[in-house]
Amino acid sequence: MIDDLVVNAALCMLMTAAAIWTVVTVRLLRAAIGLALTSALLTIVMYRFGSPLAAAFELSVCAGLISVIFVSAITLTSRLSSDRLNQRESEVLRRFWFLPLLVIIAGVILYKTSIPIEIIAFEGKTAAQDDVRSIIWNTRHLDLIGQIAILLAGAIGVVLLFKERKHG
Amino acid sequence: MPTLLIILPLALLLILNLPLLRAARRVSFWLCAVLALAQVVATATHMGGLIPDLGAAFDPYIVLQLRMTGLSEVVLLAIGIVVLASLFTARAMIADHDERFKFGNLVILAMMGLNGTALLADLISLYVFIEITAVSSFILIAFDRDSDGLEGSFKYIILSAVATAALLASIALFMMVSPDTSFAAVRAALAVSQHSFYVNLAAGLLLCGLFVKGGLVPFHWWLPDAYSSAPAPASVLLAGIITKVSGIYALIVVSTSILTVGGAAGEVIMVLGIVSAIAGALLALGQRDMKRMLAYSSVSQVGYIMLGLGSGTALGVAGAVFHFFNHAIFKSLLFVNAAAVEGSLGTRDMDRMGGIASKMPVTGVTSIIGFFSAAGIPPLAGFWSKVMIIIALWQAGHQTASVVAVLVGVLTLAYFLSMQRRVFFGRLREGLGEIREARMSILVPAVSLALITVAAGLFFKPVFSKIIMPVGEMLVK
Amino acid sequence: MADSVYVFWLFGIFVALLAIVGFYCILITSNLIRTLIGMEIVTKAVTFLIILVGRSTGNTGLAQSFAITLIVVEVVVIVVASGVVISVFRRNGSIDVNLFRNLKG
Repeated sequence: MIDDLVVNAALCMLMTAAAIWTVVTVRLLRAAIGLALTSALLTIVMYRFGSPLAAAFELSVCAGLISVIFVSAITLTSRLSSDRLNQRESEVLRRFWFLPLLVIIAGVILYKTSIPIEIIAFEGKTAAQDDVRSIIWNTRHLDLIGQIAILLAGAIGVVLLFKERKHG
Repeated sequence: MPTLLIILPLALLLILNLPLLRAARRVSFWLCAVLALAQVVATATHMGGLIPDLGAAFDPYIVLQLRMTGLSEVVLLAIGIVVLASLFTARAMIADHDERFKFGNLVILAMMGLNGTALLADLISLYVFIEITAVSSFILIAFDRDSDGLEGSFKYIILSAVATAALLASIALFMMVSPDTSFAAVRAALAVSQHSFYVNLAAGLLLCGLFVKGGLVPFHWWLPDAYSSAPAPASVLLAGIITKVSGIYALIVVSTSILTVGGAAGEVIMVLGIVSAIAGALLALGQRDMKRMLAYSSVSQVGYIMLGLGSGTALGVAGAVFHFFNHAIFKSLLFVNAAAVEGSLGTRDMDRMGGIASKMPVTGVTSIIGFFSAAGIPPLAGFWSKVMIIIALWQAGHQTASVVAVLVGVLTLAYFLSMQRRVFFGRLREGLGEIREARMSILVPAVSLALITVAAGLFFKPVFSKIIMPVGEMLVK
Repeated sequence: MADSVYVFWLFGIFVALLAIVGFYCILITSNLIRTLIGMEIVTKAVTFLIILVGRSTGNTGLAQSFAITLIVVEVVVIVVASGVVISVFRRNGSIDVNLFRNLKG
C-alpha cells in the first residue's frame, strides 16, 4: 500500500514537472509535446486510480487528438512568425523561471496546512450502478444528447472558422 | 413537453444538415424561426395548462430527468422570444443565404443549450448545457471573422474556461459528500455533511464560476467586449438571454435548490449585486459606443436581479425572476434597435448621431419604450419588477440596499436619457439626411418586444398573482 | 476505504499545483496558443480532481462518466478556440496578444 502511494505521488510529481516544462519551454512545438506528456502521465495516474475507461479517453483524445490540433495550429500560424516575436517571447520566458520556485513554495505550504476530510465510501450502491458503462448508457442520457449537440457545434465551428473568408 | 424542447432542436439541426437538403437552405432558415415560435406558443399555452404533454411518448426510451417548474416556464418563454428576435435581426443583417443558414444553426444550438439549462436538475448536465451555449456563442461572436469579433470571442473563451474550471472543481468537491450530482441529492448531502471547509470551497467556486458567466462586477470586463464586437443579431441573443441564462438563471437555481438563500451565499450575492448595479450604471454613463453602453447597462440590471435574489424572501426572488424576464425583453429590444441604427448609419458611435428619430420613427418610439422599462418608469414592466425588488429589500431589513437600488434607478434614467438625446432627439445631424427606417424584419421584432413590455406592465396584476409570485414562493420554501 | 484521511489532501496538492501552473501560463504569456495550452493544463488539473474524488469515495462510475463528458467537451472547445486563433492569424498575420487591444475594458 505504501509502495503504491509512493509510486502514485512520484507520478504526480513527474506530471507537475512536465506541466512546468510545458509552460517554461521557449519553442511552441515543445510546449505542445510537453502538454501531451503531461496528459500521458495523467493517463497512467488515472489508470492506477481505478478509472481505466476515462484513462483511455484521456490518452486518445487529450494526449492524441488535442496534440494534433495544437501542432497543426502551431504550424499553420508559424509561417510568418517573425524573429521579433521569438525575441520577445524569449524575454518574456525569462520571467517563467520564477514558476518552478512558486510551485515548490505553494506545494510546501499546502503540504503543511493539511485539512483532513473523512472519506465517505458510497458502498450502499449496487455493483450495476457503479459500472461506468451502465451509468453512461442508462442514467445519463441528457449528457449524451448534450455531447452530440456540442460535437455538432464544434463541426459548425470548424466549417466556419477554418475556411478562408470569401470576401475581405 | 420538456423532452421535446431538447430533442426537437437537435433533430431539426441534424435533418437540416443532411447533404440532400442543400437546395432547401432558404427555407431552412425559416424552419428555425418556426421552431422558436413553436417554443413561445407552446410555453405560453403550457403556462395556461392548455396543451397535453406530447413529449411523453419518448419517456420509455430516454431518461432525461428534466423538471418543468414555474421558473423554467418563464425562462423558456424568454428564450423563445429572444431567439425569434435574434433570427429576425439576422434576416435583415446577413445577406448571404449560406451564412444566414449557418447563423440559424448556431442560434438553434444555443437555444437547445439554453432550454436544457432551464430544464435540468443535475450539476453535470448543467455544466454540459452551459458549455453547449458557450461554444455556440464563441462561434457566433467570431461569426464575421473581423478583428474585433475574434478578439471578443477569444476573451470570452478564456474567461469562460476559467469559469468552467471553477464550476467543474466545485462539482467534483460536491461529489466528495454526495453520491449523485442531482440537485436534490447534493442538497440532501449538504444538509448532513460535516466538512465545512470543502463544502464552503465548493460553494464558493460554484458561485464564482457563475458570477463570471453572468458578468457581475469584479468579473465583468469580458462582457462589453463580447457584446459590442459580436455581429448585431448575435449580440441580441448574447445580451438578451445567453449570459443571463448560463450565469444568472443558473445562479438563481443553484442558490435556491442547492445552497440556501439568506445565508452567507445570500450576503455575497447581495454585495456583488450592489457593486454591479452601481459600477455598471457609472461605467455606462461614460460610453460613446451604443452597444458598449447597453452592455454596461446589462451589468447594472443584473445587479438588480442579484439584489432581489440576495434578499432571500419570496417577494424578492419573485421580483428577481420578473426582472430577469423583463430584462431579456427590453435589453433585446434595445439591441435590436442598436442593430437598426447601426444598419442604417453604419456606425455605433453616438457622437456621430443625432436627431434620427425623425427619419426612423418606429425605432425611436420602441427605443423609448425599452429604455423607460429599463429605467423603471411606470406603468412599464421594468417598473413593477424594480418596485418588487426594492420593497422586498426594505422588508427584509436591507434598507441601505433598497436606497441604493432607487438611486441606481435615477442613474439608469440619466444614462438612457443621454443616449436618447445623443441618438434620437434634437436636430438631425448634418450628413444624415439620406438615412431610412430599418427593414421590416427588424421592425417586426422591435415592435413585438415593445408590445410585450407594455403588456406585461399593463397586465401586471394577473401576471403577478398567477405566474410570478407562485414562482417566488416555490423557490423560497 | 483503507486510505488515510490525508491521502485526498496529498493528491489534492497536485491538483492545486497544476492549476497554479496553468493560470500562471494564462496570465503571463502574450501568445494566443500558449494561452490555450495554459487553459489545457487547468483542465488537466480538474480532470485529475474528478478522478481523485472518484477513487477516494469509491464512486468511480460517476466520476469516470463525468471525466469522459469533460474530455469530449474540452476537445470541442479547443478545436473552436484554435479556429479562432487561426482566423486571428489570417487577419493580423500574428498571434501576439499585444496586437489585440482594440477593445478597451
